[in-house]
Amino acid sequence: MSRSARTLSLLLAGLLLSLSVAAETVQVAVAANFTAPMQQIAADFEKDTGHKVVLSFGATGKFYAQITNGAPFEVFLSADDETPAKLEKELLIAPHSRFTYAIGKLVLWSAQDGYVDVKGEILKTGEFKHLSLANPKTAPYGAAAIEVLKKIGAFERVEPRIVQGENIAQAHQFAATGNAELGFVALSQVYKDGKVTSGSAWVVPTSFYTPIRQDAAVLAKGLHNPAAKALADYLKSDKARAVIKSYGYEL
Amino acid sequence: MDPADLAAVWLTLKLASVVTFLLLLVGTPIAWWLARTRSRQKGAISAIVSLPLILPPTVLGFYLLVAMGPKGPVGQMTEALGLGLLPFTFPGLVIASVFYSLPFMVQPVQNAFEAIGARPLEVAATLRASPWDAFWSIAVPLARPGFLSGAVMSFAHTVGEFGVVLMIGGNIPDKTRVVSVQIFDHVEALEYTQAHGLAGGMLAFSFVVLLTLYTLTPRAGSAPK
Repeated sequence: MSRSARTLSLLLAGLLLSLSVAAETVQVAVAANFTAPMQQIAADFEKDTGHKVVLSFGATGKFYAQITNGAPFEVFLSADDETPAKLEKELLIAPHSRFTYAIGKLVLWSAQDGYVDVKGEILKTGEFKHLSLANPKTAPYGAAAIEVLKKIGAFERVEPRIVQGENIAQAHQFAATGNAELGFVALSQVYKDGKVTSGSAWVVPTSFYTPIRQDAAVLAKGLHNPAAKALADYLKSDKARAVIKSYGYEL
Repeated sequence: MDPADLAAVWLTLKLASVVTFLLLLVGTPIAWWLARTRSRQKGAISAIVSLPLILPPTVLGFYLLVAMGPKGPVGQMTEALGLGLLPFTFPGLVIASVFYSLPFMVQPVQNAFEAIGARPLEVAATLRASPWDAFWSIAVPLARPGFLSGAVMSFAHTVGEFGVVLMIGGNIPDKTRVVSVQIFDHVEALEYTQAHGLAGGMLAFSFVVLLTLYTLTPRAGSAPK
C-alpha cells in the first residue's frame, strides 16, 4: 500500500468512526427574523451538548409547504403561532411539543442616521419613495406592519410606495442597501445588546399591532431524535432566553 | 381568474414584449459584430454576453440591486440624470431582463449571420450596394430564422424569469409582480388552487412556444444553411 493510499484509508476510517461516535444531528427550519439569535443559540447548544445543528432559514409559509410535503426538518421555529398550530392539527408535529420561544417586535428602520424619528411621524409626512416590508400575505411581520400603518392612519398615503420582500430578511435587505429609504423590519435584525446597532429607528409600541407570538415545535420527523427534543428544551433554558432577549424579543 | 392574477399575466406579457423589442435593437448589432469580427476581444465579449446562461439569477439580481441602488454606480448615474432609482420599477425590470435574456437573442442571430458567410455581402458590394444597404437587403432577410428563434426564445425566457425579479422587484402589483412571483406567493400563502391555475398556464404556454418554434423552424437552434 502506497503512503498516500494509507493516509487516505486512515482518513476514511477516522471519518467513519467520527460519524458513528458523534452525537445526533438535528435539522432545523428557522423563520428568517430569528436568524441571528438562532446562529448564536445553535453554536452554544453544539458546544454544550455535542449534538450537531443544521439550520435552514426562510419564510414560514414556504417551510409549511415543504414540511407538509415531506421535508426532512425535525424542529421548526415559526414566525407565528398559527402555522405550528396548523401542523399540529395535521399531526405533523410531536404531541404537546408546541411552545412560544419569542415574541417579536416590529421596528421602522432606516440605514441612514437621523432619517426615522423616534415617533414614526415620517410615515405621515416624509417624502420617501419606497417603504419596504415583508409580504403581509405570508409573513407575520408584514401583516403587523400593515396593521400599524392602518392604526396611525398612514396606510392610504404610503400604500403606493410599499415594496415587499419575500420574507423579513429581504425587507431588511431592501432597506439596508438603501434601495428603500426605510422599512418595517424585525427589531432582532437591527438590535444587539440593548440598542439599535446602526441607522435610525422607531420601535413601534406593541399596542399598535397583534403580538407576534413565535412558536416552535418538534416535528414528526424529529420524534425519535434525542437531539431534536434536546434543542427544544435548550430553547427554553435561561441561557438561550438571555440570548433571545438580547436581540430585542420579549418573552 | 382573479384580477390580481390577470394583472400579473398582463404585466408579464408587457415585460416580455418590451424586452424582446429592445433585444432586437441591442442584440442585432452585437450579433453582427460577433459574427463578422476578427478582433481579439471577440472571446471576451462572447463570454460576457453568455454569462447569464450559467450565472445563478440570484447573482445577477444581487449585483443589479447593489449597482442600481443609491450607493451603486448605476444608481448614482440614474439619480444624477433625474430618473430616480431603478429597483422596484418597471424600467428597472426591463433593464435587468435585457441583460438576463441577452444570450437568447444574440446567439441564434449570430449563428444565422455566420451561416450567411462573407460571399453574398461581397457580391452585393461589387453591385455597389452600400454596407448598410447590403445589411438590410441581404443579411437580415437571410438571417430571418435566426431572428425568429431569437425573438421567441427571448420572449419565453423573460416570461419565465423569477430569481432576478425576486431580487430587485419588490413584488408591486402592476409594476413588478409578474406571473412567476405571483405563483410563488400563492404557494407560500397555501393558495394551491390559484397556484395550479397559473402554473398550469405557464406550462402550457412554454410547451406551445417551443412546439411552434420547432415546427416553424425545424433547424432552430442549429445554424441555418
